[in-house]
Amino acid sequence: MTTTGNATAGVPVASGEPPARRLYRNSEGRVLAGVARGLADHLGVDPVAVRVAFVVMAAAGGAGVAAYGMFWVFAPQNPFGQARPADRERDLTMALALGSLAVGGLLLLSALGLGLRPGLAVPLVAVGVGVVILWRQADDDSRMRWRQATGTSRLSGAARAAAGIGLVGIGAIAILFGAVRGGGTSGGIMAAVVVVAGLALVSGPWWVRMARDLTAERNARIREQERAEVAAHVHDSVLHTLALIQRHVADPREVTRLARAQERELRGWLYRPRPGTGGDGTSTPSVSTALERVAAEVEDAHGVAVEVVVVGDRPLDDRLVPLRDAAREALVNAAKYAPGTAISLYAEVEPGQVTVFVRDRGPGFDPDAVPADRLGLRQSVVGRMTRHGGSAVVRSVIGEGTEVQLEMPLDSRQTPRDTRSSQ
Amino acid sequence: MTDQVHQGGDAAQTEQPPVAPRRSGPVRVVLVDDHRMFRTGVRAELGTAVDVVGEAEDAEQAVAVITATRPDVVLLDVHLPGGGGRAVLAALVGTLPDVRFLALSVSDAPEDVIAVIRGGARGYVTKSITGPELTMAVRRVADGDAVFSPRLAGFVLDAFAATTEVADVDEDLDRLSQREREVLRLIARGYTYKEVGKALFISVKTVETHVSAVLRKLQLSNRHELTRWATARRLV
Repeated sequence: MTTTGNATAGVPVASGEPPARRLYRNSEGRVLAGVARGLADHLGVDPVAVRVAFVVMAAAGGAGVAAYGMFWVFAPQNPFGQARPADRERDLTMALALGSLAVGGLLLLSALGLGLRPGLAVPLVAVGVGVVILWRQADDDSRMRWRQATGTSRLSGAARAAAGIGLVGIGAIAILFGAVRGGGTSGGIMAAVVVVAGLALVSGPWWVRMARDLTAERNARIREQERAEVAAHVHDSVLHTLALIQRHVADPREVTRLARAQERELRGWLYRPRPGTGGDGTSTPSVSTALERVAAEVEDAHGVAVEVVVVGDRPLDDRLVPLRDAAREALVNAAKYAPGTAISLYAEVEPGQVTVFVRDRGPGFDPDAVPADRLGLRQSVVGRMTRHGGSAVVRSVIGEGTEVQLEMPLDSRQTPRDTRSSQ
Repeated sequence: MTDQVHQGGDAAQTEQPPVAPRRSGPVRVVLVDDHRMFRTGVRAELGTAVDVVGEAEDAEQAVAVITATRPDVVLLDVHLPGGGGRAVLAALVGTLPDVRFLALSVSDAPEDVIAVIRGGARGYVTKSITGPELTMAVRRVADGDAVFSPRLAGFVLDAFAATTEVADVDEDLDRLSQREREVLRLIARGYTYKEVGKALFISVKTVETHVSAVLRKLQLSNRHELTRWATARRLV
């Protein structure tokens, strides 16, 4: 699972790409919320340049202020950054930044055509500064939770939050009074809007935090489930097999059998498509899965290792069932007469025919001598293939091993001329 | 029915003269694998046939050790901490052209196999390989030839078999020639290079040439089908 995770698109040869970089606000070396510092780190430029850009944009109709606010809301804090210890000097720079933000906010308001009526602008700026204080405090709070900081700064945090809420409240009330004094039916509606907006602004940081926490928790739960699944699988199969192997140390054949069976099972679990993800688990088996299953059965029954290589594939239809059975017989023969040697099964599915080779490196035999005990091979392999319109060839050299070649044509029921025997 | 059982061509052939080794002295090898037990086992299996000059257990260490020792052959595990065998190949294939890489892995996943070959490895064998076979493979890679396991041969046939066209010219990077196909088929059937040569009436040297040509095609081809095949086979 870990091996293929990084190759989700394109050619598999592409070297592992680094994970997509995320834009974080960086609380390390921040002035206000770390937006400029985070952007600078992300883009690889000097933070001063980013700050100047924001100021210029703020002067140009206040767009910079709006952009800064958006980044603040949508870019998460870098959870790995180190926060500077708060000190007086920092607070001073922050006040300065707040001041410039306030000026920018006024410019934005005038750009929006609300004018600079003191009755409206001053309360709005108050609300703005209050909101900024609240959001910044929320950042500090969440960082504190990550670091499990002690409660020494709790008090000042609460004081700052109270100041923020107070500013927003006072601003809202001032706007409210202005609106009510304006009179008319619109006054009531205006009041409701102001109250709702004030509440949203004050509680905003906590809503955002709750949403983020929910996502984080869900991801953690998914990871936990995956981990539990892997652990359960390792426990059920691998540990179980290892225990069995230790109990059978005296029996090498049994150990081989257990190890091979476990290897097969683990490979299947790691590399096969999962059920329900488009795998062909329930439909008719294909030639390759059928042959792999047959090889597995023989490995289990006889304690041998069979290397299966299949080129091409197609569904295992009625015509190919005898081929599979003959291949099984050939494997059983190889396992019986060439124990302890490598057995290869190679199958090639072509448009016109399916060919299977079963090869062992056992003692071999002289086919002309027709040993009586090889009748099984004759009957069950050669006989079965010819009866069903295919053909079988057995090659064996004493001292080198035996190879059984099975061919099943797909187009007609006639026995084809053996095109490959010339090799 | 008896006529179906006949002796194959193998027995009738005369023995090929043994191929003289093209290199004198033991091959210098670096082992890269994150399992110490496995490195110890391989070292013991290789015995005196090769000279193990260094070991590494992650990609970064591997790059350092290989750069320092300049071995003939690197036995490279596909799955390594620090970016895997691919990271080692990416860092060194261009800069150390004399060092050859033989990938060694428990993984049979096609994307792993094809990826390290395309990354510059001159062969791929599974960890179940026997000691003498591994020694042979190391020598072969040291001599500049390619080493294909049956499974790798199967993958290549599968990847290039999407069309039935056959290359007329050997230089065609996108197709296999008839002869290359025959050689790969026999390797996939479990034949050794020597047995392949015997079956096709060619010398072991010629078999090696064909396999190296296939390796080159596998590394250089941008063939659409190769990509598509690998993508379709990317399981999990």
